[in-house]
Amino acid sequence: MSFDNAYESLLGHEDAHWAFGTGFSEALSGVDREFPAGVDKDALASYCLMLGDDALIFSQRLSEWCSRAPELEEDIALANIALDLLGQARMLLTRAGEVLGRDEDALAYLRDEREFRNVHLAEIDCGPGPGGDFATTIARLLVFSSWRLALFSRLRGSADPVLAAIAEKGVKELAYHRDHAAQWTVRLGDGTDESHRRMQAGLERVWPFVDELFATHSVEAALQGVAVDPASLRSEVDGVLEAVLSAAGLTRPKDTRAARVAGMAGRDGVHTEVMGYLLAEMQHLHRSLPGAVW
Amino acid sequence: MTTALEVASAVRDPELPVLTLADLGVLREVSEEDGRVVVTITPTYSGCPAIDEMGADLRRSLVGAGYAEVEVRLSLSPAWTTDWISEEGREKLAQAGIAPPSRIGPTVAGPIPLNLVPPSRQVACPQCGSLNTSEISRFGSTACKALRRCHACAEPFEHVKEI
Repeated sequence: MSFDNAYESLLGHEDAHWAFGTGFSEALSGVDREFPAGVDKDALASYCLMLGDDALIFSQRLSEWCSRAPELEEDIALANIALDLLGQARMLLTRAGEVLGRDEDALAYLRDEREFRNVHLAEIDCGPGPGGDFATTIARLLVFSSWRLALFSRLRGSADPVLAAIAEKGVKELAYHRDHAAQWTVRLGDGTDESHRRMQAGLERVWPFVDELFATHSVEAALQGVAVDPASLRSEVDGVLEAVLSAAGLTRPKDTRAARVAGMAGRDGVHTEVMGYLLAEMQHLHRSLPGAVW
Repeated sequence: MTTALEVASAVRDPELPVLTLADLGVLREVSEEDGRVVVTITPTYSGCPAIDEMGADLRRSLVGAGYAEVEVRLSLSPAWTTDWISEEGREKLAQAGIAPPSRIGPTVAGPIPLNLVPPSRQVACPQCGSLNTSEISRFGSTACKALRRCHACAEPFEHVKEI
């Protein structure tokens, strides 16, 4: 059978059907999921929640740009990046759920704010609404993807084969995300006075949330050989950011740290004010209509 | 009766229906264990929404061909690469107006190099064959495709990006 174009068979072929909307099976269906000997399963579950929540919450933020980006190609790009992160989140939450006895949907839709373990950088509001800006979202994407790529690059060597496999896939995706953010940063930083000013302002906005990314949590400390110590990533990530900012003619903001609550931050389940609004939007449908499917 | 491998190899990709799952390199293994057919597939991207469709299509085709018990397994490692798209698959893509990926070789260990400008790959226009093409956007209608334009014939086209 031949087709005049790649989409023709979606309409005419006897097996034709659109790829979406038939429901999802579990994200790790059929993957060998033995736990490595001697691993602290509760700590592993917490660690999977941390990395899964980072991706889930940032994915939700990126999705908010769909139809609001400066150009159509960018709508598609940010939505694609959000989709990759959502895929990573599904696998990580499923892995956590094996220990916690809950599935990915229950973890995404039925946990309350204090149970989420994402870093604050993932949740802060960078637009498209009031007070946000496309340049701020690019600044966050640059920092987030540079950090997560460095983290996943090392996680490929994790003693947990499932985490290692998720990381091996994720590295390829994150490399595209980081390049995309880096190229936009150069384009805006090295563009007009206006774009330069807004890109610099975007960096200033997200910079107070950078420090948290490299703080070692007790969960990571308890998972030697399984988890990556984020403190060990700092110089690599700094080097990448330095290269991008220098090519873009931008100035690295002064290192300041966003205030914490009693020394706690996102990894401890303590979030900023916008998190409640984000979760209300993300969880509303599932909570109003439990078990709803497409 | 055709073999389970033949049946599974003929199942098409839901998003790139010019290709079979075997052409795409997503079909990793077909075996028979205790009267059951076990099919192993791997997702292209972590968030690929078509992976469930692929499993359902494989199951439907195999059951239709007389295999009563079918199990579809997912494999994450080694991670899918566009290098697994077969020669035949590359020709089918080009014929359908989608530029096939170039070969990238195995991934390297250690830090991933940063690209501050889009890598200058020579991608031929699937319409006119010109190499005078450029990238419009790294992200296209599906996770696996980028958008390009041809400066010779002025046609836009899709390109399965290297991963």
